[in-house]
Amino acid sequence: MLLLAPASLVLLGLFAGGVFLAVVQSTGFFAPIGEHAFTLTHYSAMLLNREFQLSLFLTITVAAISTVLSAATGVGLALSVRRLTGRWPLLNALVQVPIAVPHIVMAVLLLNVISQSGLVARIAYAAGLLATPNEFPVLVNDRYSIGIVAAYVLKESPFIAVVALAMLARIGGEYEALAATLGASRWQRFRYVTFPMLAPAVVSSSVIVFAFIFGAFEVPFLLGRPYPSMLGVVAQRRFTSIDLTERPDAIALSVLMAIITAASVWAYLKFTRVQIGERPTLF
Amino acid sequence: MTTRRITAGIAVAVTATAAIFPIALLAVWSFAQRWFWPDLLPRGWSTRAWLYLASPASAISPAIATSLWIAIVVTVISIAVALPAARALAWYDFPGKRAFFFLLLLPVIAPPLASAMGVHGLFLRFGLTETVSGVILVHLIPAVPYTILMLTGSFTRFDPDWEAQARTLGAGTLSVWRYVTLPAIAPGLAIAAVFAFLISWSQYLFTVLIGGGQVLTLPLILVSFQRGGDEAITAALALVFLAPTVAAFAVTAKYLRNDA
Repeated sequence: MLLLAPASLVLLGLFAGGVFLAVVQSTGFFAPIGEHAFTLTHYSAMLLNREFQLSLFLTITVAAISTVLSAATGVGLALSVRRLTGRWPLLNALVQVPIAVPHIVMAVLLLNVISQSGLVARIAYAAGLLATPNEFPVLVNDRYSIGIVAAYVLKESPFIAVVALAMLARIGGEYEALAATLGASRWQRFRYVTFPMLAPAVVSSSVIVFAFIFGAFEVPFLLGRPYPSMLGVVAQRRFTSIDLTERPDAIALSVLMAIITAASVWAYLKFTRVQIGERPTLF
Repeated sequence: MTTRRITAGIAVAVTATAAIFPIALLAVWSFAQRWFWPDLLPRGWSTRAWLYLASPASAISPAIATSLWIAIVVTVISIAVALPAARALAWYDFPGKRAFFFLLLLPVIAPPLASAMGVHGLFLRFGLTETVSGVILVHLIPAVPYTILMLTGSFTRFDPDWEAQARTLGAGTLSVWRYVTLPAIAPGLAIAAVFAFLISWSQYLFTVLIGGGQVLTLPLILVSFQRGGDEAITAALALVFLAPTVAAFAVTAKYLRNDA
């Protein structure tokens, strides 16, 4: 398969090779600090570390909440776009706009809009709802990661919506029309006709969204708290630390994250029959 | 019916605001001279941020140039590597095709951490860390699989027999490519190139990990100004950062919609 050779060079050489070297370096062969024997201490140290445990919990929580909210919003968005697209043909393209906004820009925007001295707080002040910025709730770099979740819902719900819209177009309107003639209400049509046909596509794209947020860096870096941070931030911080002995720990953490992501992608492929050749809709 | 019309109006208004508002807000911020709490609009206007961006004394135009250069090289290599692979994936069955497909999806979704940290030591040995070449190489990790996935779609819709027919009629390899294959896959190729460019253009973590802060690209500068708290310059940089995305979106939205 000569045609695949150049691509394999990148995929196997750089990507798989990189991950392989990461595994090697995290299992006791990190030469710069003189390690030359197999050990799993970096993994056990990571797993027993309090910061890691807090960070893992935070990461899973944020990724799960963002995914569920994005899926719900995305399906709602898709249904309303489908309903209105006859009258507003531009809507279809408009929904995709946030997909194209880079994560860093989304974070910058949220900092300008929902921080304590942001635009929303200023509008609240003008409306006489509060007198000082401190009275506005902390929504970015906050305890409950509201800013991070908001950024991901804004970014990923259009992604889910695009997937759902493609699916809706494939299903067509006949089944719903049939249910309507049989006397099904709007809610019943959604619950028993549309939703079951939509669910596989939405679930599989949600798996991708979860995996993506699980490993994210930019958004939690800009909108998160210094401690505890999400896993991607912890790994990057430890890797770039001046203390070289922290580096194998960082690599071990990254390998663990890669395993979890790989499992998600595998589940995605396993439970959805993705056709090779379908255009991927990704972020 | 009226409630439906009202919801329709609201939905359109919200979506339109969501699309235009970010750019408008950034534009206002980039020209703001003083914009303190609780003013709804800036107290004074200034071109300071934009002059700073254009000034040769600031590190910004070199960073934009570096970003552009890296993204263009990544695009060219990605397309060159992806074209044959996409043909193979679309037209031929081979053992391990499913596994190859899995391997393609992984780098698109997986965080750059493990692969970048893994190759870091290797790149160090070859003097590739903290260099533009090193950064280009790691940007290929997400860009190449994405380009392959997009191009595979184009080749799936293209019947290999068309090439065979042209050959029967006496066309050489080059003219088959020039007059048959290329025109057929051109729209897909354009979209794939745009996406490869954007993937590299918006890359942050790969650049930081391999560039070690020595290869300064636009997103790195943007983040550092955001952290430094200069909102006007951050907004101006964000607009520049957004520009190719918006341009690409305007061009590709039509194709993407027609395909869906």
